[in-house]
Amino acid sequence: MPKILINGKEIEFEKGMTVLQACELADVEIPRFCYHEKLSIAGNCRMCLVEMEKSPKPIASCAMPATEGMNIKTNTALVEKARKGVMEFLLANHPLDCPVCDQGGECDLQDQSMYYGVDKSRFIENKRQVKEKYMGPLIKTQMTRCIHCTRCVRFATEVAGVPEIGAIGRGENMEITTYLEKAMESELSANVIDLCPVGALTSKPYAFEARPWELKKTESVDVMDAVGSNIRVDTYNWEVKRILPRLNNDINEEWISDKTRYSCDGLLKQRLDVPYVKKNNKLEKVSWDEAINLLVDKIKSVSPNEIGGHIGDMVNLENALGFKKFFYTLNSKNLEFRERKFYINSSEKSNYIFNSSIKGIEKADLILLIGTNPRHEATMVNARIRKVFAQKKIPIFSIGNPGELTYSYTKVGDKTDDIRKILNKEIEFSKKLLSSKNPIIIVGESALELQSGKFILEELKKFLKNNNFISKEWNAFNFLPQNASTVGLIDLKILPKEDEEKNSFFEKLKNNNFKLLYLLGSDNLEIKKNNEFIIYQGSHGDRGAEIADIIFPSAAFTEQNGLYENLEGRIQECKKASYPIGEALEDWRIFNLIFKKLDKNKNLLNFESLRKEVLETIPNFTNINDLPSFKETKIENVSTNFISEKIYIKELDYFFTNSISRASKTMSECRQIRQKSQKTGTDNI
Amino acid sequence: MLKPENKIFKNLYNEFGWEIDNAIKRDDWKETKNIISKGREWIINEVKISELRGRGGAGFSTGLKWSFAPKEVGSRPHYLVINADESEPGTCKDRDILRFEPQKLIEGSLIAGYAVNAHVCYIYIRGEYLNEGKRLQSAIDQAYKRNYLGKNACGSGWDFDIHIHYGAGAYICGEETALLESIEGNKGQPRLKPPFPALVGLYGCPTIVNNVETIAVVPTILRKGGKWFASLGKPKNTGTKIFCISGNVNSPCNVEEEMGIPLKELIEKHAGGVVGGWENLQAVIPGGSSMPLLPKNICDTITMDFDSLIENKSGLGTAGIVVINKDQDIVACMARIARFYKHESCGQCTPCREGAGWMWRILDRVTKRKATFSDINLLSDVTKQIEGHTICAFGEGSAWPVQGLLRHFRKEIENRCREEPLIKKKTKNPYLVDQHLMENKNA
Repeated sequence: MPKILINGKEIEFEKGMTVLQACELADVEIPRFCYHEKLSIAGNCRMCLVEMEKSPKPIASCAMPATEGMNIKTNTALVEKARKGVMEFLLANHPLDCPVCDQGGECDLQDQSMYYGVDKSRFIENKRQVKEKYMGPLIKTQMTRCIHCTRCVRFATEVAGVPEIGAIGRGENMEITTYLEKAMESELSANVIDLCPVGALTSKPYAFEARPWELKKTESVDVMDAVGSNIRVDTYNWEVKRILPRLNNDINEEWISDKTRYSCDGLLKQRLDVPYVKKNNKLEKVSWDEAINLLVDKIKSVSPNEIGGHIGDMVNLENALGFKKFFYTLNSKNLEFRERKFYINSSEKSNYIFNSSIKGIEKADLILLIGTNPRHEATMVNARIRKVFAQKKIPIFSIGNPGELTYSYTKVGDKTDDIRKILNKEIEFSKKLLSSKNPIIIVGESALELQSGKFILEELKKFLKNNNFISKEWNAFNFLPQNASTVGLIDLKILPKEDEEKNSFFEKLKNNNFKLLYLLGSDNLEIKKNNEFIIYQGSHGDRGAEIADIIFPSAAFTEQNGLYENLEGRIQECKKASYPIGEALEDWRIFNLIFKKLDKNKNLLNFESLRKEVLETIPNFTNINDLPSFKETKIENVSTNFISEKIYIKELDYFFTNSISRASKTMSECRQIRQKSQKTGTDNI
Repeated sequence: MLKPENKIFKNLYNEFGWEIDNAIKRDDWKETKNIISKGREWIINEVKISELRGRGGAGFSTGLKWSFAPKEVGSRPHYLVINADESEPGTCKDRDILRFEPQKLIEGSLIAGYAVNAHVCYIYIRGEYLNEGKRLQSAIDQAYKRNYLGKNACGSGWDFDIHIHYGAGAYICGEETALLESIEGNKGQPRLKPPFPALVGLYGCPTIVNNVETIAVVPTILRKGGKWFASLGKPKNTGTKIFCISGNVNSPCNVEEEMGIPLKELIEKHAGGVVGGWENLQAVIPGGSSMPLLPKNICDTITMDFDSLIENKSGLGTAGIVVINKDQDIVACMARIARFYKHESCGQCTPCREGAGWMWRILDRVTKRKATFSDINLLSDVTKQIEGHTICAFGEGSAWPVQGLLRHFRKEIENRCREEPLIKKKTKNPYLVDQHLMENKNA
């Protein structure tokens, strides 16, 4: 490895590193504003100047490639003078409004001016004033504070893939703007708030809510989609004030989607705090005792076969297992977790997870989307596809029309016939697929919902296996689920294997065969209520609570510990950041209350044993936060029938996919703006 | 004094007509095919022998620059880009080449393009040079008609095309990497170096960027030999150069002269002398507005070449000589230049964006006799904090003229400053006034 001399210390570095990265290896801190690991190098803040031997001028360490034999000094008078000079310039036109600035306490400029700046200002001229810019409901701007590091510009063009932020004007009059003063049309837009080193772009919903040092920080995972982005939940007393991303290069890197970040205000609204019972067609507050007595009476009055249970999209594994145990105690097996019937095959783990892994997308040289819109279904997966597209310009294809993605793609077709043609090597695309080394095929729920869903999954798997695309090194088959709970619930065999294809739950639901329907946090299920007695157990008064006869208030995902399995089959722990509101309880505690009333005390659950059992049940489990172990894919001879159908990608109401985001005011604002911007000028005529 | 037969730009005053027929009469396009047939190595070597230094301001050896281009064309094509974005105040040499000697430029482009393996040449002309651009275009058309350009250009077997690209009038687009950004359609902001354009330039391809004058003298050098060019001027500062003399002189002009000619001789002989006589001279900016000025005592003896000007802490730059006599307010002159740089800073990197405006504001206060003594040191500090800390040379370009002023006319500034008053007088400016609105009066 080549060597570099930093402050007289010899350091080995990897080829391709910059001087700044080499300095970090040597534990030498270099101040910086514009440099960001995940973005391209701009080199315009000039804060990272260091001295290089034989160079008369100090060099920008963030942009200078490190080479063998360089002699870098960061502690000389020249460097100090350069840093102080740049700092003085940065502060010259920066307002001293830290007491009223939301960035205060976590501001790069504040911190670095303490270390590298001068305590007095010599700038006696008037400071520059820049007009506010409108950037949508998420980003609050105060452009006078901008130091023109262009991180936001680079993020928008490179990572988000929507070049909607840019700089206009020249010299002192340079301004960062969205040109048309509208909200950024990206699901990642709010990440510019984290990137902004000063308080120019701050969070609008969080404006003046709290100071960073007042907040309790809990490291957790997100449940808005199946990606399981790593987040940090900041709470002030009971309230979740904000959600920030946590660095995890395997999953979400440093970004999170706007839904993950801003649906947290939904945790404060529409909450169920006490049990309700419907009396005279009106929901009335009751005590736990009364509600559970009513339920137990009902359970005793119906036969087990007439009891149905549905698990919602954000339920953690422990609670789901508790629910399964509860239903088995009732002798009912009418359990379901899918919101619409799509084909699953739980015999092997690789059938229902994202086998290539999110990080593995970066190795891909061809991507085929089948019936999925990753931009809305799994925003962080889409960001990773965008990353590899921007870096390597790999070809991306789609079957079905996903609409506008953040990269360009070619439509191969939109019918199931096109899939069959590919599998039969009848069209040109098959050759491209077969000649690629690391292809990625992503099958969405919309494709498996079709009558040919079974054909698509099984035949595609057979095709890939036969062409050596499924092996230990590379698995090209990927399923993209939409809900945080889906993969884990398949693993827990919530749905009995024999029911997977029969879809008997949906049949019974449609024919109103259930006398008693137990909804565990389930709000997206389509129910035509007839005579069913519906119990809704969840955190929000949403679609499920609307039709319920009994409501049990339970804790939301930030208010309890729990495991979630993300789409890669990675088990992650969601940690308790707050506590349940009012009389609400964790789901498994509610089951215990019922068990007690049913006189089944020996069945009582406890959290530790539930978790233990979950981890034992999950197939191919290795460690928490790790990918599942690999198991050779077996090809079973299953009969599939092909039906010629159009693949219609179900449009997600992106900002309104679950009960928390539907309760969120911020999400609702985003949705309204998105709907307005999608309208064309001729819509009203 | 340059002998008439050694003059390269014989039609600098358009006495003989710019059209291609007239140009051919002046030996343009003579033996071009022969020159190209001697090969790349020979051309680059001959330019190296001539010791030609780039005429755009930095004075980098042209032969050396050409040799930086990869020898073999790889997967990406090579480009030649000619910088005709002549925006430096006090400079107008390229303009007369574009107007009156376009064939020299076109012929030079072909030879230079061949030497660096480029089939395509872009000429970036500043937007204000609309008429000059039209003239150049008709000259290019004439060259195409005679098959001097296009497929098998001039019978040399080399395919060569020239495209003109108009700028939009930004000074910074004269910086070579900002110019490339501008051609690509981006905001004209300099790129980080390394990588240098010779390896990663226009559209990420190897690109050689040269000034108009540099390219235009190349055919004559190759026809008459590098040794001939090297015999003119002083060692390491060889050849002839077009000097643009303006300001307080009796007859401002463009004139081609040998390098190393004494400044006094240049002004007195060609520009009719300083208004009010040599004794009335206050200062001279020797190389366009970005070079530090020189006071009269240095001007008496200085010779006009790269090295002797650097010795005197100035530079030849583009050789745009601006003469300032004693009738002028030197501080106001420099404040005006500082305002120009404040206006033209691209705003990309911090020191230049914030510092250029700061310098102008202080100088403006000095001119209006509102500055204090502490402002002088502050001004000096600000120039030093800009210099050397920026992405491109614009930082130096804006700081040097002010440094020159501080170096040679500190007295002048001190005379206008007043002591810090014991009781500060209240200004009539309302608190929190939008300063940009106030500046509008003179911006």
